[in-house]
Amino acid sequence: MTAILDTATLTWQDVCAFDDLVPDRGACALVDGRQVALFRVSPTDELFALSNHDPFSGANVISRGIVGSKGDVPKVASPMYKQSFDLRTGTCLDDPAVSLPVHLIRERDGRVEVAIT
Amino acid sequence: MATDTARRTLVVAGNGMVGQKLLEVLVERGATVEWDIVTFCEEGRLAYDRVGLSSFFTGTSAEELSLVAPGFFDSAGLEVHVGDAVASIDTEAGKVVSTRGTRIAYDALVLATGSYPFVPPVPGKDLPGCHVYRTLDDLEAIRADAQGRRVGAVVGGGLLGLEAANALRSLGLETHVVEFAPRLMPVQVDDGGGSALRRRIEDLGVSVHTGIATSEILEGPDGRVCGMRFAGEDDADLPVDLVVFSAGIRPRDQLAREAGLAVGERGGVVVDAACRTSDPRIFAIGECALAEGRIWGLVAPGYQMARVVADRILGGESTFGGADLSTKLKLMGIDVASFGDGFAATPGAESIVFSDPVANVYKRLVLSGDGSQVLGGILVGDASMYQTLVQMVRGDMPTPPNCEELVLPVRTGDGAAVGMGVESLSDTAMVCSCNSVSKGAICAAVQGGAVDVPALKACTAAGTGCGGCVPVVTDLLKLELRKAGIEVRNNLCEHFDYSRAELFDIVRVHRLTSFSQVLADHGRGLGCEVCKPAVASMFASLGVGGGYILERSQAPLQDTNDHFLANLQRDGTYSVIPRVPGGEITPDQLIVIGQVAKDYGLYCKITGGQRIDLLGARVDHLPEIWSRLIDAGMESGHAYGKALRTVKSCVGTTWCRYGVQDSTSLAIEIELRYRGLRAPHKLKSAVSGCTRECAEAQSKDFGIIATEQGWNLYVCGNGGMRPQHAQLLVEGVDHDILIRTIDRFLGYYIRTADRLERTATWLNKLEGGLDHLKAVVLDDALGICAELDAEMDRHVAEYECEWAATINDPEKVARFRTFVNSDEPDPNVVFVAERGQRRPAFSHEKQEVRSS
Repeated sequence: MTAILDTATLTWQDVCAFDDLVPDRGACALVDGRQVALFRVSPTDELFALSNHDPFSGANVISRGIVGSKGDVPKVASPMYKQSFDLRTGTCLDDPAVSLPVHLIRERDGRVEVAIT
Repeated sequence: MATDTARRTLVVAGNGMVGQKLLEVLVERGATVEWDIVTFCEEGRLAYDRVGLSSFFTGTSAEELSLVAPGFFDSAGLEVHVGDAVASIDTEAGKVVSTRGTRIAYDALVLATGSYPFVPPVPGKDLPGCHVYRTLDDLEAIRADAQGRRVGAVVGGGLLGLEAANALRSLGLETHVVEFAPRLMPVQVDDGGGSALRRRIEDLGVSVHTGIATSEILEGPDGRVCGMRFAGEDDADLPVDLVVFSAGIRPRDQLAREAGLAVGERGGVVVDAACRTSDPRIFAIGECALAEGRIWGLVAPGYQMARVVADRILGGESTFGGADLSTKLKLMGIDVASFGDGFAATPGAESIVFSDPVANVYKRLVLSGDGSQVLGGILVGDASMYQTLVQMVRGDMPTPPNCEELVLPVRTGDGAAVGMGVESLSDTAMVCSCNSVSKGAICAAVQGGAVDVPALKACTAAGTGCGGCVPVVTDLLKLELRKAGIEVRNNLCEHFDYSRAELFDIVRVHRLTSFSQVLADHGRGLGCEVCKPAVASMFASLGVGGGYILERSQAPLQDTNDHFLANLQRDGTYSVIPRVPGGEITPDQLIVIGQVAKDYGLYCKITGGQRIDLLGARVDHLPEIWSRLIDAGMESGHAYGKALRTVKSCVGTTWCRYGVQDSTSLAIEIELRYRGLRAPHKLKSAVSGCTRECAEAQSKDFGIIATEQGWNLYVCGNGGMRPQHAQLLVEGVDHDILIRTIDRFLGYYIRTADRLERTATWLNKLEGGLDHLKAVVLDDALGICAELDAEMDRHVAEYECEWAATINDPEKVARFRTFVNSDEPDPNVVFVAERGQRRPAFSHEKQEVRSS
């Protein structure tokens, strides 16, 4: 997780229980009118949050993609046309000129919280 | 991202096939962001295909052999010095000096200097008319010198020697091959194989002399070669006009020697598993490197080393641990293959040998002492079983009890199977309709250095539209690479070093039931959108978890269609298709479908498979929609799955004046038998009640046509992207035989096809074609029919509608939500009216809808 941002100024919003997230299957949360794709990736249970909007198809479907890896990069593939995105940075691995907005996500006392960045 | 902006310099000494591969991998992986890469290319030409060199004499131009895409070295961060070579290395200062005096300081240096041809030290070896066979310059010299000459000889009867002989033959010379060993290709084949190979080569008009040592090249009165003399007293002199030495290669390690790097006793720059030399800043790859204690004289291991070094330079941990030297090649049109322990060196190993001296076919199969495992083999003249046998050697496929059948000719053949694969497409055939890319353009791109699918997509745009042509593009790529003599591995994805068929056998034989286990035991990484659904499909085909595809550990593996049991549409909504077996539907079911469509605002369309598609369903509505359809006696149509779709039928004898059998009843029975069967791709079927063929059965994966005598079964037809007529598998059979034959056909397809490979493509690529398929499913040539029958019986017994299973499980239903924290629908889904129904708005329409 990034340590550069001043976390004191961030607004964390509760979105769901940690157990609501199925390992390696995304879910989508509505945060301040934005659609945020949430991922819980095994085996470490690390959490990631990116925009749910697929820039290639224009549909809100990123949370329905399959997670996996390319080399050492954890990624999600859009279910529409299968472009992959780095879960950590949002960068499209097939077209580095494209990237998804990334949001902050954490687990607290069994709850999942998201902060829009 | 690194904040350090200091650029580093990588020097690559050599631009052969392996050196160029290194550059390509580095560029592809973005190394030029941090590195300046300077390449020295000693020859006057940039990297070219040395494997396909002899095609130079049959019309392939030097440009066509080039492996460097036009403009490749124009990219930022790349520099090449053509016609210049690294002359010396100062390892302490980290500098190289070139032949022309260029000095460059390096942070890393890669030696890719290759090898040189070994020329035996015989008197006369340097006479005019003596040549070596290694570079395009060598070939041009041979071609120029062959003008007006009559007889040529090649010293060396190995792989390269025979290539050189083929070249001389193409130039119209009377050709002789002189080999010191007692047989041709002594490294790859045994005496039996050598004899078959020799007879085949002699049939082509080439004279073969084995077991003789050249002692002198004789000089004629004009000062050039006039003959060869041999060491044996009984061996008469051979008058020749031209001699080509092709007696093996030696690593070019001079540069490394002079720089004080460790070299092997018999030559070669010693490298460790990272391909690093004794100096940590210097790597060596390809034929100049001594890796794992040997020189790897094939291009595939060289490429592996290039990838390892690219990864190391980028901070990775890849290692080179040796390579499989199994080879299958075509020499002068003759199949030769050698794999595993072909010489039976394993203690207790036994051999089965099939030799046909008339057809000059030789096959040797080496088995473990108890016959339970294939250890290796040698094939000359017919290598059609190579892939299967290699899988058995690797243990990825079980060795059948009746091994001798693996090398015996298939007895049922009605003549040779005709190849209908991508090879049969014309150069002008349109492969990618989205971007108008022809087969010729794709093949040219492969020859131009685009050696994987992403590279082909980047330079031709093929497959970047709808993606439907990617399997064909992949086949063309493999075909071109195979033509170039490059070993093609058919790996599923970066996480598994296995093809789908190989992985299927692993999962089946080891009875694996979870993806994490498959990945941990046989793969690497986290998996991806390619291997996860592929393995999930295997689990479903094998009945893991009762065949229910949303079983807890399997749900995350499924593509969104299988995960929501519906087809994703372009706006993020889904479509619903209930099963309509055989196309037969009651008025009450039609009314329910209509009412559901009205209640949820679904767009209705009749499909080509005689059923009804309901489009525009929201994820959260899917369970309710399906509850109502199931209450009306309907079930999942698996339109979302790589599974059986429909069995189309005509009305047959029930209504038709011409029908000869009850096609509708058979279609319904077949659709219910195979419903839910997961396969490498979708399966479509049809039954026609007479030869008028109204159900179009011959365009289906399996189609049945009624005759007065019984049923005819056609297989591997296709509509879709590349229409293909189905072929007749059995004729005039009764109901029970028909069903069993379909069971086995489907079972064999599911076991052996590639991912997303329809039956038509599968058959086109199946070695032995339809004859092989007949042998397997009708004559049980592989001894697997009992297993295939049992697998299908289990499928039929365990089938359950997965929508019924899902709506009965509240935990599963809870997944069908748009948002985890809100019940709102997706506001981005907007419809407009058209012809009395609604369809998704295009983006320009959305703005109008929102603003109004």
